[in-house]
Amino acid sequence: MRNVAVVGFAQRQMAEFDGSPTCVELLVPVFRECYEQTGFSRRDIGFWCSGSSDYLAGRSFSFVSAVDAIGALPPVNESHVEMDAAWALYEAWVKIQTGEVDTALVYGFGKSSAGILRRTLALQLDPYTLTPLWPDTVSIAGLQARLGIERGHWDETAMAEVVARSLTDAEDNEHAIRKGGSSVEDLLARPVYADPLRKHDCAPVTDGASAIVLAADDRAREACERPAWITGLAHSVDGLHLGTRDLTRSESAQRSGAAAGTDGVEVAELHAPFSHQEILLRRELALGDDVRVNPSGGALAANPMFTSGLNRIGEAARRVWDGSADRVLGHATSGPALQQNLVCTMGASQ
Amino acid sequence: MARTLSRPVTVAFDYTRSTGPVIGRFLGGLRDGRVVGARTSRGEVVVPPPEFDPVTHEPMTDFVEVADTGVVLTWSWVPEPVDAQPLDRPFAWALVQLDGADAPLLHALDAPSTADVETGMRVRIRWADERVGAITDIACFEPADDAGGEPAPTPSGPLPEPVTGVVTPVSLDYVYAASPEESSFFRGLAEGRILGQRCPACGKVYVPPRGACPVDGVPTDEEVELPPRGTVTTFCVVNVPFLGQKITPPYVSAYVLLDGADIALQHLVQEVPADEVRMGMRVEAVWKPREEWDTTIENISHFRPTGEPDADYETYKEHL
Repeated sequence: MRNVAVVGFAQRQMAEFDGSPTCVELLVPVFRECYEQTGFSRRDIGFWCSGSSDYLAGRSFSFVSAVDAIGALPPVNESHVEMDAAWALYEAWVKIQTGEVDTALVYGFGKSSAGILRRTLALQLDPYTLTPLWPDTVSIAGLQARLGIERGHWDETAMAEVVARSLTDAEDNEHAIRKGGSSVEDLLARPVYADPLRKHDCAPVTDGASAIVLAADDRAREACERPAWITGLAHSVDGLHLGTRDLTRSESAQRSGAAAGTDGVEVAELHAPFSHQEILLRRELALGDDVRVNPSGGALAANPMFTSGLNRIGEAARRVWDGSADRVLGHATSGPALQQNLVCTMGASQ
Repeated sequence: MARTLSRPVTVAFDYTRSTGPVIGRFLGGLRDGRVVGARTSRGEVVVPPPEFDPVTHEPMTDFVEVADTGVVLTWSWVPEPVDAQPLDRPFAWALVQLDGADAPLLHALDAPSTADVETGMRVRIRWADERVGAITDIACFEPADDAGGEPAPTPSGPLPEPVTGVVTPVSLDYVYAASPEESSFFRGLAEGRILGQRCPACGKVYVPPRGACPVDGVPTDEEVELPPRGTVTTFCVVNVPFLGQKITPPYVSAYVLLDGADIALQHLVQEVPADEVRMGMRVEAVWKPREEWDTTIENISHFRPTGEPDADYETYKEHL
């Protein structure tokens, strides 16, 4: 296996982006920031891979328009996934492992606010027995939250503690769109919205774009003083039907964590768009109480669709770059109720 | 003034899907007011039946009929339903384990308020008035006052005939925004001007302007006004009728390279027989009456020949 590291990361996010859903305008400065961090120019990038969705954009081939932000002449080696860009990162990592390229720039973008996000996401469900009913994302998470509450896996107080910590941590994150600590008591005093969820239990609808630069071996050392070497990378998926899996568990997260190896992780950035999901993920990934979770504020502070998972990897990598941690974990999820999960562990040493 | 122009857009499409033997059996049952699940290799009855066994991956063939009553395993409240959900007033989603099944089914539960819903409550299917063989044949669940524990119904005759296909209408509403560059292009059109932008790196002029030069990947920030005339670089004669067509075929759709631009604009060429349009033909924009102008490319009705001699191939060969 080749040693591959995360060496660059830039992000932009906001509650409502008043521009085109192709997000070219956001991607250009994101790419520029990545070039500045790594010293690479676009000519140094061997492979480009993006994550986005036309359903979010409301137009076809939006990812092709986004290629304008690269400057793709002469033609570039490029690919796309209709998933969170964390899965584009997986594809790029595989591409580097093949030896065909040494560097990759992975990016994602999405304008969630263009439509009604919780409704649009019904299109990722089983097309025969679920999509025609339009079950919304918030409601599906609510089914999962209640099941966990009633079976004693977590309670409303534990959920509020996740929110309080996340929004307090988000105060130090310039990219957070929801921030500001409240006490657990204050949070619990707020009205229940989609019973059993309060609004703050649900990630805010967020627009944004972000990018990560991967590089192998010497190219990584040349681009970054303290690269975040990828030590484990795995993804897995659970069945499509909500009725045939135990929603209080995420077996795919457990499998991904076990395959990537989570021992010794000091900081974990978990992609939990609903507060109870952080508790669930923490258990599935076997993260002890001493693991610092979501110092960025996590998805409850900003959840740009198709980049939020990639951002977790970038946020975790930054802790290695700045020397504040030696071993970190970034997690991404997609699909309803933590159906698909990806775990990327990184460290200061290979 | 808003930074960018935007407009509501509805994207709608009817997805037509074949169902296969398993889902088709389930949906055929719903059409007949019956609920058909299937038994997995672990001996569990699952509704809706998965197409393949979750463990052995063999096709599912052991169909089992279950009751239209059951128990709520978990639920969530929908304070603000979205379009096309089973109920248009606040309701609950519930995972309901039907009597005779071992795994729950997701559907709506009609209840006046959260006080009327609880885990463990008994519910019953409310069938739709007209049933077609789709999951929406179940209108929703409603509270049932039975004691529960009813035995699963004994199969009433042969299994329902499967349906072979299902049509799911999908309609999504967006507010579609133009980029800042596209917005200035459309605002220019509303004043009878054609605006492009020049790349600071390679000097190429793009019309309509884009967020970034696709060659250099840098923003194109210098605005350039272009004349309403140019050269046909390539074209096609449209002979085929299609849904939503506004002009009677045959007509010509052409790439017009405006003088001073580096990318061609697609538009119609009219006031000339279709078979006389050619590469290199010089054309000019014909604007609609000013009172009809809006922020749209349709302000230009079409292009027509100027009568000038054809452009030399060398002048546009880089733009084909």
